[in-house]
Amino acid sequence: MSGLELNRITKRFGAVAAVDDVSLTVPQGTFVCLLGPSGCGKTTLLRMIAGLEEPTSGVISVDGNRLNSTPAHKRDFGMVFQSLALFPHLSVGENIAYPLRIRGRSSSEQGARVKELLELVHLPGIEQRAITQLSGGQRQRVAIARALAVSPKLFLLDEPLSALDAKLREAMQVELRQLQQQLGITTIVVTHDQREAMSMSDQIVVMSEGRIQQMAAPIDMYRNPANSFVADFLGQANLIDAKADGPDALVPGGRIPGLSLVGSGGRISVRPEEVMVTSREDAPIHARVGFIRDMGASIEIHLDSEGAHYVVVASPQARPDCRVGDTVGLTIPAEACVVFESGRG
Amino acid sequence: MRRTPPERAADYFPIAYPAFMLGLFFVVPFAIMVAVSFFRRVQGGFYEPAFTFANYGRFLSVFFGEVLVFSLVLAGLVSAVCLLLGVPFTYFLTKLSRKAQVFWLVALLGVLSLSEVIIGFAWSTLLSRTAGLSNLLVAIGVMDRPDAWTPGFAAVLTGLVYQAFPYTVLVLYPSFSRLDPSLMEASRTLGASPLKAFSTVVLPVLRKTLIATFIIVFIFALGAYLLPQILGRPQHWTLSVLITDQAVYQSNMPFAAAMAVFLVVASLSLVVIVAALNRKGAGQ
Amino acid sequence: MSAVWLKRLFLSALAAFMTLPILVIAGVALNEKKTLAFPPQGFSLEWYAQAFTDDGWRAALVHSVLVATAAAAISVSIAVPIAWFLWRRVAPWARIVEVLGLAPFILPPVITALGALSFWATTGFYGQPWTVVISHGIFFVSLPLVTVTLGFATIDREIIEAGMTMGADDRTLLKTVVFPLVRPYIISGFAFAFVLSLNEYIVAYMTVGFTLETIPIKIFNALRYGYTPTMASVSVFFVLVAVVVFGLVARFGDLPKLLGAWSEGDKG
Repeated sequence: MSGLELNRITKRFGAVAAVDDVSLTVPQGTFVCLLGPSGCGKTTLLRMIAGLEEPTSGVISVDGNRLNSTPAHKRDFGMVFQSLALFPHLSVGENIAYPLRIRGRSSSEQGARVKELLELVHLPGIEQRAITQLSGGQRQRVAIARALAVSPKLFLLDEPLSALDAKLREAMQVELRQLQQQLGITTIVVTHDQREAMSMSDQIVVMSEGRIQQMAAPIDMYRNPANSFVADFLGQANLIDAKADGPDALVPGGRIPGLSLVGSGGRISVRPEEVMVTSREDAPIHARVGFIRDMGASIEIHLDSEGAHYVVVASPQARPDCRVGDTVGLTIPAEACVVFESGRG
Repeated sequence: MRRTPPERAADYFPIAYPAFMLGLFFVVPFAIMVAVSFFRRVQGGFYEPAFTFANYGRFLSVFFGEVLVFSLVLAGLVSAVCLLLGVPFTYFLTKLSRKAQVFWLVALLGVLSLSEVIIGFAWSTLLSRTAGLSNLLVAIGVMDRPDAWTPGFAAVLTGLVYQAFPYTVLVLYPSFSRLDPSLMEASRTLGASPLKAFSTVVLPVLRKTLIATFIIVFIFALGAYLLPQILGRPQHWTLSVLITDQAVYQSNMPFAAAMAVFLVVASLSLVVIVAALNRKGAGQ
Repeated sequence: MSAVWLKRLFLSALAAFMTLPILVIAGVALNEKKTLAFPPQGFSLEWYAQAFTDDGWRAALVHSVLVATAAAAISVSIAVPIAWFLWRRVAPWARIVEVLGLAPFILPPVITALGALSFWATTGFYGQPWTVVISHGIFFVSLPLVTVTLGFATIDREIIEAGMTMGADDRTLLKTVVFPLVRPYIISGFAFAFVLSLNEYIVAYMTVGFTLETIPIKIFNALRYGYTPTMASVSVFFVLVAVVVFGLVARFGDLPKLLGAWSEGDKG
């Protein structure tokens, strides 16, 4: 098959398994984000794909060719490092031409390709500049151009935008995604930022403790997280323990009508924007407002009930009429709930 | 405790004592030495105040010219060999585990601090006919009978490299250990073999460090005074040996001082070059 | 895989190069008779014992240790105020004092030695045993100066400011925050100066060469006037002292950091 295939990859450092039995298929031309907290093994996985680490066991193949024993410099992949790793002794042009020079391309070919790449990353004509003269965003683009110089089969990026400030980071996310679609290149990005993963990728792979927790398209993963770790890590989630009670589910402070659980109960996840605050007396759940965070574009209300914690996000148009200390009603629609460690009846 | 300029007299107090000590026991002796280099020697081992360039003039002879050239060539050779061994070594060293690094560093410091006397003695033993390596080679059948490899130029060179190698590594160590490892990795992913990555990235990035180290080790080797005496023949003596010889055995202080001043000027000009290179590096 | 073996071979060859001379002198000191044969003929620990029992060697050993201890103390006493002043004060001219402290170690040692000889001869103290203590003290200022300056550089100034907001004045801060943080660097600076003074030959020779025998001077004299296995055993003892001292520095401090590497945490 075409694309990247990882088959039961494990990497041990001493007794610790940094990556634990990971299998993954990335079809040609897709944009995949490896998402997870620091230390989850995502960078180690990327470094194994690049050939900078050797897997303890398992097979890495691209387009059906086994790559395990191919050294990094013979893989023809492009990689952007977290530190960017631009060569300080070379100019912008020389940095981008480096992989071409290594491959013995003629200097006229190098020059033409450098020019083309700098236009691609919207930095035409800065060949002669020293790396130290560039801004953070410019360095980012030069690193991307350099990694793309030999039209790699696979484009790997390790936390590429982490050094940029919030605004520039969002702009670069869009640009990176557009670039990838324009080139149709198979791309794998490691990130710990769920917004970044949501906004760029075709597929998100959430990792924790060396294992894949879920792989899905961003919105599918948001709507249907496979477990409470994914629900909590990707966006905000109300994670609530629920007990079965006939056709309903009992939750702290009340019930969710129409959510019937198999067995005695389980854990449910509800996105904060699905929960509604009401002043009606007969609301199914009652909770006390502990804290209100008004961020202009949205309002976040934190509530407590019977030791449990609820978060509600409302739009300014639907601003609930409540204050800290009030007891209000909550409605959780059964169809908005995802149930773990149990099932729906 | 922000950094502030000293204001009251008491603020200057901490620097007064070091300035006094270094002034009295380093600057004054140095000045005396410079002055003596212009004095006239008196028979019987003393000298009298004068202002003569005769001591410097004597230095401009074929004999001392040859010694100077020999000293410079020897120091350059030692420095080159040390870098050739030290650069790959230091690179490997910084890739080892912290524990292994500490082990090597302790060993290197141990050798570095060894007295030249001990190094000279150890190598003269190791290269001698009765106790040396040649006995080992005879035992395994490579040589017919043991041979003495000292005194000789190769012995002097070996001894000096032995002494200067740990110094070289310790001078290189900070730069190598602070080098961003992802530079090398980036080069690998861009298609360079390990050797190619080392030569196209690591060496050029550290070019200034390498030049500075060459000069620092060069000066270090220029100061060698005991090893050439212990491991070499008189034609292998360096300027430092002659200075000692003139000062102590020939009792010709003015001439020794003149040679010492010359050595300082030579060393200082090299230090100035290093400083200029470093400033250029910092400006980037 | 052959590259890995090549690297191992290279490192082993260098390890052999570094240790071989020391092994040989350790071996010749085991000879039964008064000869420097290697491999040793017979086996005797007498020469090792003689380093401490022979009056001449023991006296030289005592001299060396006393000189090194006092000289290292002087070095540290000069270096610490310079480093402290440069850290605490904005005073570019004080760099001159720093350069003076570093110069003796960068210049060829024969210069310092000849300067010391001229100075002590001119002042009439030539040959006095204490002159070598002062000259060594000056000669090795560079070592504690480098380590202590590094120590001050590692102090986060916000820590000091935090102390100030908690009500500590300059003197209290110095005693309770600054000094404890710099102490390991002072100790290692002392250790460096001590070990190097112990092994120093030319300055000692030009100041007290004819009046006070230190170990390096005695070994050199023995080299000229007749080898004995005792000089080998004393040399081995000195190697051990150096390794033990630096081993202790490594045990109680972060040796790679002291020598200029980032500390482990900074590496990321």
